[in-house]
Amino acid sequence: MKVTLTVNGKQVSRDVEPRTLLVHFIREDLSLTGTNVGCDTSSCGACTILMGGESVKSCTVLAVQADGAEITTIEGMASADGTMNAVQRAFQENHGLQCGYCTPGMVMASYSLIKENSNLDEAAVREGLEGNLCRCTGYHNIVKAVLAAASEMGA
Amino acid sequence: MYPASFEYLRALSVAEAISMVSNNEDAKFIAGGHSLIPLMKLRLATPSTLVDIGRIGSLSYVKDEGSQIAIGALTRHRDIEISDVLRSKAPMLAHVAGMVGDPSVRHRGTIGGSIAHGDGASDLPAAVLALDAVLVVEGPSGRREIKATDFFKGFLETALGADEVLVEIRVPSDIKAWSYQKFNRRAQDWAIVGVAAVRNGTTRVSLVNMGATPLRATGTEAALASGASLDDAALRADEGIDPPADLNASVEYRRHLAHVLTKRALSELG
Ligand SMILES: Cc1cc2nc3c(=O)[nH]c(=O)nc-3n(C[C@H](O)[C@H](O)[C@H](O)COP(=O)(O)OP(=O)(O)OC[C@H]3O[C@@H](n4cnc5c(N)ncnc54)[C@H](O)[C@@H]3O)c2cc1C
Ligand code: FES
Ligand code: FES
Repeated sequence: MKVTLTVNGKQVSRDVEPRTLLVHFIREDLSLTGTNVGCDTSSCGACTILMGGESVKSCTVLAVQADGAEITTIEGMASADGTMNAVQRAFQENHGLQCGYCTPGMVMASYSLIKENSNLDEAAVREGLEGNLCRCTGYHNIVKAVLAAASEMGA
Repeated sequence: MYPASFEYLRALSVAEAISMVSNNEDAKFIAGGHSLIPLMKLRLATPSTLVDIGRIGSLSYVKDEGSQIAIGALTRHRDIEISDVLRSKAPMLAHVAGMVGDPSVRHRGTIGGSIAHGDGASDLPAAVLALDAVLVVEGPSGRREIKATDFFKGFLETALGADEVLVEIRVPSDIKAWSYQKFNRRAQDWAIVGVAAVRNGTTRVSLVNMGATPLRATGTEAALASGASLDDAALRADEGIDPPADLNASVEYRRHLAHVLTKRALSELG
């Protein structure tokens, strides 16, 4: 079946098998390998992307369900000249990552969380990122990064 | 993990959805896919055809109809969580929707999908049971209404026919007091046990993850109706119920949780 999506601002069309998961479509058909697969069971959030501006776990969406949607992956977060998005910059400045495996998903989930909530505090950030697991950092610096990004983004 | 192959059809209206599954026993509807896709990846579900109802925009709404609030079956958990109408008129439902999974799950999963799936461990089915909701379903011969009390039949089995679409959930808007107690050990997890209590004249109590379906705590309800103390009523929460044992909890622990959480819920009703 033919699907047409807007991914990071560019329109793409591909023929896919209906069972193709969105995360595989992104990684294998579009070669955008920033989006990771962690658990493949909807639990870890490593595969989080934005669909219509909202965070979703792309291992639990079929590419055919996303037909016509606007998708943003981690590759679409920085501007064309390479300037990082406020969330990415805050993760770097606050040492919000170690191995980096969870980071693309963390950045996408954090961005969605900040956009949806106007006054985030520490508890709200921890709760808002409950679907994203990190096995390295212990979360403290991730939470710090998200709060820093939220205040920079005017939330 | 890829699901097994299937044919994919997209319905743009309820009538189209019904006609697409008729004469095809192996066909299944897909709404948000957040229960069905995980099952398909594990090959626990292998439908030959998926009929995508996720784009029937006319089934996503929250309407204030006076004594009842009508909610379209395709309304996503997130939209229920933040609905002003629900927050002011039926706040328990908004609260419970906000406890489902995590924000990314709530962006995709729908209330209709959660109820049609009918998992005894899910939050919203128990909530609609305690709220005495009415479920409106549409099939080849038109619409019918099913009371939540008559809807959940067995493990992932409901009163819905294979060619029926759940279209609307109707909940009362005049609830005096309510409480929802969800016990889990880690963030985003399913309830090990949960309790929903609603007072609207009489008190109705339902239980999450105490059986194959969401269950009414009939022992507690009868005790309250005959004027028992909250303590005594809470101790009857698991009467006539055979809770499951799993990696998270033994049978005895589930019974204990049902007592404790029911006590908390009843105390919160005041
Ligand atoms: C990581 C994760 C965590 C979760 N945590 C929780 C939790 O804590 N608590 C909880 O309650 N739930 C939880 N869920 C489940 C979540 O609530 C699902 O979104 C919901 O159960 C299913 O809704 P859906 O729209 O995605 O349904 P789908 O997966 O699309 O469908 C589920 C079933 O219902 C049928 N169906 C769907 N819509 C209709 C309809 N309108 N008419 C007739 N049949 C229909 C489908 O054929 C299918 O059999 C979690 C899910 C995930 C992935
Ligand atoms: S890979 Fe999607 S949630 Fe873990
Ligand atoms: S930085 Fe390694 S998993 Fe999060």
